[in-house]
Amino acid sequence: MNNKLIYLDNSATTRLDERVLEAMTPYYFDTYAVATSEFAYTLGIISREGLDEARTKILNKLGGASEELVFTSGATESSNLAIKGVVKAKQKEGNHIIISKIEDFPVLNSAKALERDGLKVTYLDVNKEGTIDLEQLKESITKETILISIQHANQEIGTTQDIKSIAEIAHDKKITFHTDATHTFTRLPIDVSKIPVDLVTISSHTINGPRGIGALYIRKDTPIKKHMDGGFQEFNMRAGVENIPGAVGFAKAIELVTKEENDKIKNMRDTLIQKILKEIPDTDLNGHPTNRTPQNANITFHFVEGESITLHLDMNGIAASTGSACFSRSLEASHVILGIGGDHEQAHGSLRFTFSRFNEMHEVDTVVEVLTDIIKRLRVISPLRKK
Amino acid sequence: MKLQYSAKVLEHFKNPRNVGEIEDPDGKAVEGSPACGDMVELTLKVDEKTKKITDIKFRSYGCASNIATGSIITELAKGKTIEEAKNISWKTASEELGGLPAIKAHCSVLAVSSLREAIRNYEEKHGIVEKAEPTTEDVVKSRLRHVMNPLTGLDVIRTNLILDIKIEEVEDKKVITVSIDLPPDHQFANNLQEEIKEKLEHRYDVKEVIVKFNQ
Repeated sequence: MNNKLIYLDNSATTRLDERVLEAMTPYYFDTYAVATSEFAYTLGIISREGLDEARTKILNKLGGASEELVFTSGATESSNLAIKGVVKAKQKEGNHIIISKIEDFPVLNSAKALERDGLKVTYLDVNKEGTIDLEQLKESITKETILISIQHANQEIGTTQDIKSIAEIAHDKKITFHTDATHTFTRLPIDVSKIPVDLVTISSHTINGPRGIGALYIRKDTPIKKHMDGGFQEFNMRAGVENIPGAVGFAKAIELVTKEENDKIKNMRDTLIQKILKEIPDTDLNGHPTNRTPQNANITFHFVEGESITLHLDMNGIAASTGSACFSRSLEASHVILGIGGDHEQAHGSLRFTFSRFNEMHEVDTVVEVLTDIIKRLRVISPLRKK
Repeated sequence: MKLQYSAKVLEHFKNPRNVGEIEDPDGKAVEGSPACGDMVELTLKVDEKTKKITDIKFRSYGCASNIATGSIITELAKGKTIEEAKNISWKTASEELGGLPAIKAHCSVLAVSSLREAIRNYEEKHGIVEKAEPTTEDVVKSRLRHVMNPLTGLDVIRTNLILDIKIEEVEDKKVITVSIDLPPDHQFANNLQEEIKEKLEHRYDVKEVIVKFNQ
């Protein structure tokens, strides 16, 4: 075995692409001024042009060239701004929001924080593949409902939701609709000119871009209030000196994602799933078989515990993550696996493998070979193994 | 070393000693449950004359600290008398392993208590301590503290999952009825029933253990 690390935790974060760094560098060393108005000094004007150019590129990718895009520090801030900002702006109109129970922590915990302050929150169930029920969504809507926030795809199991239908349901009832597209942006199409979505959370570091930069797309006239006080940057929606190198890097990262890359990633992912399910007994795919992000595989290895698997993988130079309680800092089993009706054993034995452009097909063979041996060894010592 | 585990923990994790299940054991214990993410099963053989542990094996469903602790305590206990083995504590195991992360105490404590419970199981089966301690409600409760509430990962007594414990005398023996605050079709109902029976049924004065669920 070669000693090169096989990194399969790309939905946690990715390695920066050198071409992105190259695009960012001038904004640290040459054009390092803040973005000034067109009546200020030259360096600031050039900075402003760099920022605006990045914004336009990202909006074009989203299909909403004439709309608003606010740069933030990442997906967490974008989703906080969306949820808290809309609830604040619409507090006189109603006191109820709807999310799914498998949302990622920025949405889930923003909703829970507001719930402690008196907001009513409906947590939609998902079926065992991780899909919400549109009928349940419709039934959950009341006169008080001001916001629906449903993720485009899940962070752990990769299941995608029908956000077009959800957006239309929300649009019909004049309810603001936010989607967290952190794990789909550039991987799967999302076009705000075709889908009546009001707010979209996107992030840079999951697509080989820099960390510390994300954005929130805001459709014009969406009721939203800023939640951080300070200067008047970003259309007075997000105070603080703009992260121009980050924004430029984000735009470059988007530009670098091609259809070929997404096909390659999907191909590696499909091969990994097929081989594991075929070659390792008592394994199940978590999430939807086809409606899922191309980079995500999530598999439960029954009778064994995820932290033990990831530790063995690490000793073999492979990085992946697990929904096991032991792995997490909170010592809680994955709310996503429990949300799809899995029991604790299914959560504790689940592993997530996520791909990026820097993975190669031969790595899949190595991973399956190493995993087969690890699972065999851990099952020998497991009291849960079938006799 | 970037990982939280010591080199010795990792070595025992990679190559655990005394793995398996002894057939027809003199003492047996299962601690933890799949629900809480850690489970240890321990079986042992005891020489009736010398009271020495002649063979000991464990199996683990759990994280590295659970596996490594199971490995080290079986290694420490082998060849010791049951009285000596009772003194093997979490601290002993942790020191032998060059330290265990505090956050993983729960996982490793399970392995240590499985040794104690297996010895107790041996003693109870052989009437060594049993005659002095008939099965009372307090005894039942103390045993049920070793059964995990699958919903929380804490024990069923502490989390008020047990609604009622009834003990009836039938022909000099006891029938114990434990009522649980879960419906009979709950996904963990069977697991819990088995675990509760396992903790009590072997006792010398127990005739039957009945587990009742909410209707």
